[in-house]
Amino acid sequence: MDGLKRGSAAIVGVAESDLGQVAEDMSVFDLMGQGVRRALDDCGLTLKDVDGLFCATTQSRMSVLGLAEYLKIDPPFMGSTIVGGSSFEYHVAHAMGAIALGLCNVAVIAYGSTQRSVGRKQASVREVNPYETPFRPFLPSSAYALAASRHMHEFGTTREQLAAAAVAAREWAQLNPAAWEKKPLTVEDVLKARMVSYPLTVRDCCLVTDGGGAIVVTSAERAKSLKKAPAYVLGCGQSTTHANITSMPDLTVTGALNSGRAAYKMAGLGAADVDAVELYDAFTINTILFLEDLGFCKKGEGGAFVSGGRIAPKGSLAVNTNGGGLSYCHPGMYGLFLLIEAVRQLRGECGARQVKDCEVALAHGNGGVLSSQATVILGTPATV
Amino acid sequence: MPSPQDSPLKTYIDHLNRGELAYQFSPEAGRPVFYPRVLCPFTGSETLEWRVSKGLGTVHATTVVHPAEGKPFNVALVDCDEGFRLMSRVEDIAPEQVRIGQRVRFRVHKAEGDEAPYPVFTPAEGA
Repeated sequence: MDGLKRGSAAIVGVAESDLGQVAEDMSVFDLMGQGVRRALDDCGLTLKDVDGLFCATTQSRMSVLGLAEYLKIDPPFMGSTIVGGSSFEYHVAHAMGAIALGLCNVAVIAYGSTQRSVGRKQASVREVNPYETPFRPFLPSSAYALAASRHMHEFGTTREQLAAAAVAAREWAQLNPAAWEKKPLTVEDVLKARMVSYPLTVRDCCLVTDGGGAIVVTSAERAKSLKKAPAYVLGCGQSTTHANITSMPDLTVTGALNSGRAAYKMAGLGAADVDAVELYDAFTINTILFLEDLGFCKKGEGGAFVSGGRIAPKGSLAVNTNGGGLSYCHPGMYGLFLLIEAVRQLRGECGARQVKDCEVALAHGNGGVLSSQATVILGTPATV
Repeated sequence: MPSPQDSPLKTYIDHLNRGELAYQFSPEAGRPVFYPRVLCPFTGSETLEWRVSKGLGTVHATTVVHPAEGKPFNVALVDCDEGFRLMSRVEDIAPEQVRIGQRVRFRVHKAEGDEAPYPVFTPAEGA
């Protein structure tokens, strides 16, 4: 198995759609359309150039068909792998493979959600699992709470340490004009907030917003002649350990361990080489688990690692520089926004939150209940 | 035409209706399988035996759900002594008193209306 070739494709265009609370009656395809239009503008390509189309959403059963119709294009290569919030990191690897095989050359990956406007119950179909549903876990929160309970039990992680991840995210959000929540937040505020599923309060949980966006992926060769500096795909890795939390092999070790290893191997890089870390922080425990599993600290030390402002602006490691799913936006599936922020950091477009000399950025997607993990490592032209 | 195979879920529920917590055991893998399936996920074999648990286990992970309406309640992952894990809740104590490592004993929550029976647990100190 030869696999994907480091640097053979690049992300050349990125854009968010409207975020937060979008206008009344906007559809998920309206939001994807905004994202596609803006991402193509970002790189100077047009709809006519698009021959690969990917999307995922919980609000349309055959979403890529809907999007192709909306854009009135007939791309020879389409994909709508849906494995939760990490779907878009999977799409990057799939697009890269398709480009390498000559199945397409310009792939667009899009997302849209109106979950804040229509309500969470309308935005995703409730699935019955006869082995879990009778116990009424508040999913996904309770699944992450169960993982957090194990982390606290095994490693002595505290609620204050979980809260520190939310506080750091809020401080980054205060530097991001597009962020939804910017009110000052303290550890005390997080602890005293409404309890959702112990030990997670509402401030340990991601936002519920609308939003969408798109990114454009093309071959390294084509990327060179476009508007902005390409963000080359240096490494990709995926791992799926379970679908339901009861079947997670080890509640304190996620598939990020394997997806990260695969991505680092392909990139020929390690955690120490990463300048900006964009992690899928649907819940505060995620930040801790992924920092551990991706090698930024040892297993069990994530709680201490996120404390004391270490991952906040001016800290020693730049983590979730847009404010994350906890404070920037979280429209149901957040994975695309990790890639958008990573690309912007590599281009130096991030203003007050810009990470200095950012050459390598890591976007790590999570889907389901810590179920599907996908890591994408991106680099500036200097890294290729 | 041979009659279709009973679903794994039906067999599981039938056991619960008799007050039993059933699980599958894969002789080829030499280990339990849960939730019930039509094949062993360790070997791919269709040979799976149904066994009845002694009903003793240990709390592996626990949370207290605070619903928008109604009282907080427990949701736990329980490791049964036979080596399989299931989602359940611990009853007869306050939800926040459920502890990881706590010993617990199975009892059936009986079928009510359209709702199938399901396994719950109670504290079993010293068991």
